[in-house]
Amino acid sequence: MFWSAFRLALSAIRRNIGRSMLTILGVVIGVAAVITMVNVGAGATQAVSDQISSLGSNLLMVRPGQRLGPGGGGATRAPPFRAADVEAVSRLSGLSAVSGFETTGVVAVFGAENWSTTAVGANQPYFVARKLELSSGRTFNEAEEQAGRAVCVLGQTVRKELYGERDPVGTRLRVRQFSCDVIGLLKAKGQAAMGQDQDDVIVLPLRTVQRRLTGSQDIGSIAIAVSDAASVDRVKSQLADLLRERRRIGRNEDDDFNILDTRQIAEAATGTTKVMTGLLAAVAAVSLVVGGIGIMNVMLVSVTERTREIGVRLAIGALEGDVLMQFLIEAVTLSVIGGLLGLVLALIATAILAQVMHVPLVFDPLTNLMAFSISATIGVVFGYFPARRAARLDPIDALRHE
Amino acid sequence: MTAPAAPLIELKGITRTFGSGPAAFQALRGIDLTVQDGEFLAIMGPSGSGKSTAMNIMGCLDTPTSGSYRFQGVTVEQLSRRQRALLRRWRLGFVFQGYNLLPRTSALENVELPLMYRRVGTAERRRLARETLALVGLSGWEKHTPAQLSGGQQQRVAIARAIVTNPTVLLADEPTGNLDSEKGNEIMALLRSLNEDRGITILMVTHEPDMAAYAHRIIRFVDGRIQSDEPRAEAA
Repeated sequence: MFWSAFRLALSAIRRNIGRSMLTILGVVIGVAAVITMVNVGAGATQAVSDQISSLGSNLLMVRPGQRLGPGGGGATRAPPFRAADVEAVSRLSGLSAVSGFETTGVVAVFGAENWSTTAVGANQPYFVARKLELSSGRTFNEAEEQAGRAVCVLGQTVRKELYGERDPVGTRLRVRQFSCDVIGLLKAKGQAAMGQDQDDVIVLPLRTVQRRLTGSQDIGSIAIAVSDAASVDRVKSQLADLLRERRRIGRNEDDDFNILDTRQIAEAATGTTKVMTGLLAAVAAVSLVVGGIGIMNVMLVSVTERTREIGVRLAIGALEGDVLMQFLIEAVTLSVIGGLLGLVLALIATAILAQVMHVPLVFDPLTNLMAFSISATIGVVFGYFPARRAARLDPIDALRHE
Repeated sequence: MTAPAAPLIELKGITRTFGSGPAAFQALRGIDLTVQDGEFLAIMGPSGSGKSTAMNIMGCLDTPTSGSYRFQGVTVEQLSRRQRALLRRWRLGFVFQGYNLLPRTSALENVELPLMYRRVGTAERRRLARETLALVGLSGWEKHTPAQLSGGQQQRVAIARAIVTNPTVLLADEPTGNLDSEKGNEIMALLRSLNEDRGITILMVTHEPDMAAYAHRIIRFVDGRIQSDEPRAEAA
């Protein structure tokens, strides 16, 4: 029964190849639209969360002064940190990297080009805590940090502005009034969640910045990487206790420093991401409906057009079940072929869009499978039910159709 | 099969009304008709006289509004849809007005179709279909689709499809309607030989007296009633 129905269905598809192709095309468009939407959406969401995690996960930034407003810097009266504070903090347990750092605005000059940027004075652990990776060259060694040598590592934006496409490693760059050897080049990090360009930076040893640029022993901030996300809260409270003690803050006084947690930034950004995810889900749902309606129309038209054929089949000895089985198999075959082609088309479209929109290529098998199954199901349902309606007519009514 | 005591077809007080209310149209107003096994009947009458409707009811394609229809002693109104479909599958063959062949489908496949529903094996099916096409004079045309065949050839394919199962009754609605008289006579000669050689009972609707002359018995319909029912003097 099944096998003969299967052959009937295949021969019907082959015979009406033009109409079958149109039906398949309808399913292809529907499935491809939905899956592309879902994949590009997931890619964009991924891009946002990548930006957040590019800050460095489990990163704590400690600054003197109270945190005044959203994103605001510290108040000015609080004393800065000293090397001994950084030393004390690094003895806390559960940390993977600690580095005091000081930032100051500088103008860097190479040849005829000059560029106004930020100089960061920091030591080796800073690269670890901020997840800064090198694209070429090396970072500072201990001797350079101790001696406050004039060496620097450039961010990609600085390189682009001063060197174009050339590799800056090995050249000498003038930073304000002194020259320094470029020993390394960072990989691009892109924009931070708040929009700042994280690549517009020159990193020098902390002591170099203190001696040659700021002229003080002050340390503006401390970057701390916590080794385990679960212990971030514990580290934060230990850190606060330690700093309160070292800075001799009385029991009833407020902290004169603030600890910024990348998780807080992440939480702020999560709100945005949630809205975006919701939006994308809505877009995907709409395309699913639109695609579904397209599939439905093609199926409805194709089956309705064949009411006469159903009448002929019933008249010459087909049972309702024979006709239904044939149309069901036809609908399944067309929907599955269309669905698979749509899936392939969607993957190609996703790859192209990911390239054009600079979002990561994300392929979530579960979502794709879901979009595929829903579209295919719509195809089958709307191929089957009109056929059932026709097969339940008296044969003469089906024959008289049109 | 062994001849049952009951007549092959027995219609009693059959009416058929299309639509309802003031727009209702009574196509049949009480038909009584008995057909014995092996008869060759021509049903004649003007358009709208109910001849096709009566034929569709006898072919179990349509259900009467009232009245009783017994086929080989079985009361058809009491059969389920499925049982009526099985009756069509195993007992009846149809030649429709306008052929109703499946488009884009070869003559051979069209003729094989009723055999497929009878679950006849591929090789046997193909052999029977070829034989039947040869019988209607279409050897060598097996691969042609309806669009590639003339009206007369399509009619022959339709007849081949109806008789390939060797039905008890062949119902033909205007089998020569679209053909010139030469082609029409060929088709009628074919029907007569099926009736005489294979003993297939034939019910044929026609409005052409020339064609009706091939039958043994002529029924005339007027306004949904049988006006006359007489044997042809010339017929055997």
